[in-house]
Amino acid sequence: MTLVVDVVVRRGTTEVRAAFEADAGQTVALLGPNGAGKSTLVASIAGLLPPSEGTIELDGTVLDDASNGVHIPPEHRPIGVVFQDLLLFPHLSAAENVAFGLCARGVARSEATTRARRSLERLGVAARADARPRQLSGGEAQRVALARALIAEPALLLLDEPLSSLDVGARARVRELIGDELARFPGVCVLVTHDPIEASTLADHLVVLEEGRVTQIGSPEQIRAAPRSRYAADLVGVNAFRGILEPLDDGAGRLATGEGDVVVPWPDDFDGGEVIGLLRPVDVTLSLESPVGSARNMLRGQVTSIEVDGERARVRIATAPPLVAEITAGSVERLGLRAGVLVWASFKAVEVQILPP
Amino acid sequence: MAALGVAFIALPFAGLVIRTPWSRVVQILTSDTALTALRLSLVVATIAAAVSFLLGFPLAWTLARGSFRGKTLVRAFVVLPLVMPPVVAGVGLLAAFGRRSGIVGVWLYEWFGIQITFTTTAAVLAATFVSFPLAVLALEAGLRGLDERLEDAASTLGATRWYVLRRVTLPLLGPQIAAALVLSWARALGEFGATITFAGNLRGRTQTLPLAVFEQLQTDPDAAFAVSMLLIAIAFTVILGLRGRFLR
Repeated sequence: MTLVVDVVVRRGTTEVRAAFEADAGQTVALLGPNGAGKSTLVASIAGLLPPSEGTIELDGTVLDDASNGVHIPPEHRPIGVVFQDLLLFPHLSAAENVAFGLCARGVARSEATTRARRSLERLGVAARADARPRQLSGGEAQRVALARALIAEPALLLLDEPLSSLDVGARARVRELIGDELARFPGVCVLVTHDPIEASTLADHLVVLEEGRVTQIGSPEQIRAAPRSRYAADLVGVNAFRGILEPLDDGAGRLATGEGDVVVPWPDDFDGGEVIGLLRPVDVTLSLESPVGSARNMLRGQVTSIEVDGERARVRIATAPPLVAEITAGSVERLGLRAGVLVWASFKAVEVQILPP
Repeated sequence: MAALGVAFIALPFAGLVIRTPWSRVVQILTSDTALTALRLSLVVATIAAAVSFLLGFPLAWTLARGSFRGKTLVRAFVVLPLVMPPVVAGVGLLAAFGRRSGIVGVWLYEWFGIQITFTTTAAVLAATFVSFPLAVLALEAGLRGLDERLEDAASTLGATRWYVLRRVTLPLLGPQIAAALVLSWARALGEFGATITFAGNLRGRTQTLPLAVFEQLQTDPDAAFAVSMLLIAIAFTVILGLRGRFLR
């Protein structure tokens, strides 16, 4: 069982181009910032939005082929969808919501209800089977929506931001629950998320989608090792500079990012052109006075935000190009850093790792 | 000024309450004329409301969901019977279904020997014509307020369009459907001008309650007052019912 997607989907003014594959038992995360076109792509895979170009195939069956006018409507696709805002039927009880997919496919009401209750029991919400959606807590509603999507044993499960409506406490529990369900799920799962933790804990492969384009495909480890865009770099917590590399002097080059230049090492056997430079936040040094030292990059800018996590603090600075520095919480206090303070950020050219684009 | 407005509206009601011969009310309302007219009115209004709903739902659907040229024009056209004089509606119906002058009525009579004018069917047509816009407007508003994505969700669960309509759309529209039925029923019940023009005033066939009131006013004003009170009571009940359940 394999999902093969290669489409152009248009909705309003947004256009999404994406090509990726997923095998049975695998979970693919569509990861990207808000407005990247993730939900549009999922709507298209669900059959709710026919692609303008390209094909969608599941297990050898063509679900969509724009050039040949093939479009299997959603009700004839072997899919289950958990929508971002769940879309539970407000006029039906939790059990009736779950049973809906079976009843719609001609299973007798009594059998459907029995199976729905069993499914709710497995997900730990049996006690709420007779409640209406508006009486359910966020976590309960999420479980009901998951049970509803899975009840007819689909070959393809689509989860659109399944944790976004939950508070932090419920999120961890539901994430674990989804992980358990995905482990038992024999089909293909496509998970839409903008949360890298959700993506890397639940998915085998990540498809990074930005402004309607796939910018990177790979395992969480691969993307962590070599993010290809500033968004991906930001997700895995490193600085990324994308731009044109020109020779500067012996062994060094100037990377022109469009937002400012940085000095980086010149890679062996390189003729110039577009590259990505990665810089770990721990390699960025902050000071209030103009630094004196061997660092070839010295940039000045205002602190825009500080996130403290235990002993470590991530400081974002509006330099050109913008930087993230990771320093100790003690240093934040010692330097008196807060949003708006002007600081110098410095890093050695050799700390920047150069990758092909 | 506000008080003056209220007084202006309240005065006719006060007049009716005072002039109604309360001691004879039961006798008048159980009289042959009143009972026959009441029975006919209920039948006509109920059929008119049902037809308005059945014809109105597909139209409301198209207006709410469809996008086509001239949609504004179609909506204006649908609302027209609501604002035009009912007597003109009656004349129009004659021009369409009249035995001698109707563009369709002539053929119906010549080919099938069917005459619509001066029958209960004519009374139903007249009542439907004026109540139809209310049904369409109420249903269209309901469809617009409905989250279409719930129907999308249903289709991803294997529901065909017909199943979605039956299990999701119609149940969710319940209050609006009830409102459409009640509003068009009440409007149909009170129709006078179109009915008397197109269907005439024949006891037991086309004489609905408002027509009976009109006739009795000339022969037995007391009876007209009593039947008017009945119609007001029905209207009042409708308003109470709508306010409690549909018009929050």
